[in-house]
Amino acid sequence: MRALFRNLFPVAAAALLLPASASANKELLSLREDPANWIMPTGDYANTRFSKLDQINRDNVGDLQVSWTFSTGVLRGHEGGPLVMGDTMYIHGPFPNPVFALDLNDNGRVIWKYEPKQDPDTIPVMCCDTVNRGVAYAEGKIILHQADTTVVALDAKTGKVLWKAVNGDPKKGETGTSAPMIVKDKVFIGISGGEFGVRGSMTAYDLNTGDLVWRAYSMGPDSDTLMDPEKTTHLGEPVGKDSGTATWEGDQWKIGGGTTWGWYAYDPDLNLIYYGTGNPSTWNPSQRPGDNAWSMTIFARDPDTGMAKWVYQMTPHDEWDYDGVNEMMLVDMEVKGQTRKALVHFDRNGFAYTMDRETGELLVAEKYDPVVNWATHVDMETGRPQVVAKYSTAQGGEDVNTTGICPAALGTKDQQPAAYSPRTGLFYVPTNHVCMDYEPFRVSYTAGQPYVGATLSMYPAPGGTHLGNFIAWNADKGEIVWSNEEPFSVWSGALATAGDVVFYGTLEGFLKAIDAKTGEELFKFKTPSGIIGNVNTYEHNGKQYVAVLSGVGGWAGIGLAAGLTEDTAGLGAVGAYKALSNYTQLGGVLTVFSLPD
Amino acid sequence: MTGRRRGAILLLAAAAVAVCSGGAAAADDEKPYVVEDGVVDWYTFSGFRRYHSECHVCHGPDGLGSSFAPALLDSMKTMSYDDYLDVVVNGREKVGAAQQSKMPAFADNLNVMCFVDDIFAYLKARADGALGRGRPKKQAKPAEAKERDNACMS
Repeated sequence: MRALFRNLFPVAAAALLLPASASANKELLSLREDPANWIMPTGDYANTRFSKLDQINRDNVGDLQVSWTFSTGVLRGHEGGPLVMGDTMYIHGPFPNPVFALDLNDNGRVIWKYEPKQDPDTIPVMCCDTVNRGVAYAEGKIILHQADTTVVALDAKTGKVLWKAVNGDPKKGETGTSAPMIVKDKVFIGISGGEFGVRGSMTAYDLNTGDLVWRAYSMGPDSDTLMDPEKTTHLGEPVGKDSGTATWEGDQWKIGGGTTWGWYAYDPDLNLIYYGTGNPSTWNPSQRPGDNAWSMTIFARDPDTGMAKWVYQMTPHDEWDYDGVNEMMLVDMEVKGQTRKALVHFDRNGFAYTMDRETGELLVAEKYDPVVNWATHVDMETGRPQVVAKYSTAQGGEDVNTTGICPAALGTKDQQPAAYSPRTGLFYVPTNHVCMDYEPFRVSYTAGQPYVGATLSMYPAPGGTHLGNFIAWNADKGEIVWSNEEPFSVWSGALATAGDVVFYGTLEGFLKAIDAKTGEELFKFKTPSGIIGNVNTYEHNGKQYVAVLSGVGGWAGIGLAAGLTEDTAGLGAVGAYKALSNYTQLGGVLTVFSLPD
Repeated sequence: MTGRRRGAILLLAAAAVAVCSGGAAAADDEKPYVVEDGVVDWYTFSGFRRYHSECHVCHGPDGLGSSFAPALLDSMKTMSYDDYLDVVVNGREKVGAAQQSKMPAFADNLNVMCFVDDIFAYLKARADGALGRGRPKKQAKPAEAKERDNACMS
């Protein structure tokens, strides 16, 4: 059945090239039904990164071997992962953002390559390496979100440009790193630049023309944020008039951050899209009194109109750079004895949130690394984290170095997406185990220049020498089920499969396969460079493959490649910390694995 | 040139330290920092702090370099003050097939230009091996530095 469907696919794709239909999500949902495809960067709209393929299972995964490889020719950090549709794989690279269509029937031969011409001035306004998290597919189009914020639709068969749109201005520090999501006839595009005073937004473009349909800012008056003072709620209460300026002083909201560079989710039944917003600008909290809404916020919006249904601000008045952009995982599950349409989110701030995704009710908020110390807990009535004074960089104030804060600004997890297996009911989470000192100070804003206002040092969490863990999480109880130590932060997106195997990559470059139930390591292979990409799986001609992009870099590459500060007084941090550069070097390479014939 | 003006202030501050401590090395263009028993002058500390706000995402923690931009720990061993200032003010570009590196022009950035001498002092101290990794212990912020910062940043 699967093979038959794939062979028919070119016909189906041609039919879908007919003008404007509002059915891209129907097409994607049906393509997703066939687990041979890996049709969107997140695997599915629910962000589970789960595959029904089970040919590779925990009994035979140890026999996995490299099937083929492909170099992108780019040295910078490679985030995101390949798409697979029928006989074609699509991969992307960091700046200058090449896109390749590879023929799976011919050893990955290049069917077409597209490489945009972009102003190199874009490079230095990308805060943390020139990463790109992948392309999206719908209705015969591949959508690329370039570093310079240009959104381009390519013909999936030929690579020919169909339309272009410009989402922002790199001269103001606005850049593109996030993967698009396509719902119905709209392409959803976020923006990066929280370290440059960019005011974040989510924008919907017409899939067929590239015309802007709506744009919703993270802060500003209601007409900018697309919020209804009465109908949009925060933990069940109406947000009130102009809530996107009410918690700011003066015009600071205009350079207020809250960028939208993470992963997006969609629930077709509720007709809501979900995403999170990043840090308020600057990193010096004293320069922006107030809660700084709606930075650090989970948004649920109507994809047709952009109107916000509900919001939840996880970290009001951020003092640590705990961006709220990580993926929202949409899972129907039991929470405290009741079946819920849940949203599970592992935030940078170290808390894992389980919410009702229909109402925005907060159900569970627990630490997913025991070392998290900046807050004792989240008040379940107000939703506010209870901040510990000695770890408050705002209470410390400007020019004061606040020490021993866990997690570091990297977060207990950054954008590297987690996976969920309906077979075990567990969430598989790649994490950082890093703490920091943070000293805020006054900065001046100049458009297009860094607007940071803090200096940080980072080091392994107290009591160990490892910088990462790979954990299994129970989102009902809010508990870690098992936790595997990793020498470095786990900066790779996970994959869970019906073979009861979980895959992830490591910064040294290992692709690892572990037992979904126990976490026991079953397989590892050292790829040519450190892995910050996301693992996927697909089936071709009846055979299951596992694919991942290597290419160390990203924030982890910058922070860790030089090695962290060796000694930090009073924290007992390790002396002999080995730098990542001793393990791996730059280089973008796709590695594809399969079982022997 | 704002840079040189502050350089003069630093010289005076260093001279005062020399008098008090009876023999500290004076800061100058060759050695624009003071490190005494692991404690740095305020300006060098200020350079550490601004470096780790404006520069380190590309040039790495403590001037060690990253996959993104060269280790200033090395390049500042031979770079003159004038060349340093030229690159900071005007930027520079090395773009090839596999490697794209682009230093932006910081001429309009007060967070850099108000502290351009401080950052120079810090990086020279690192390049000379006078200062190790991490956050240095610092002398108190002199009144002149407060006045200077307020005047320059406003």
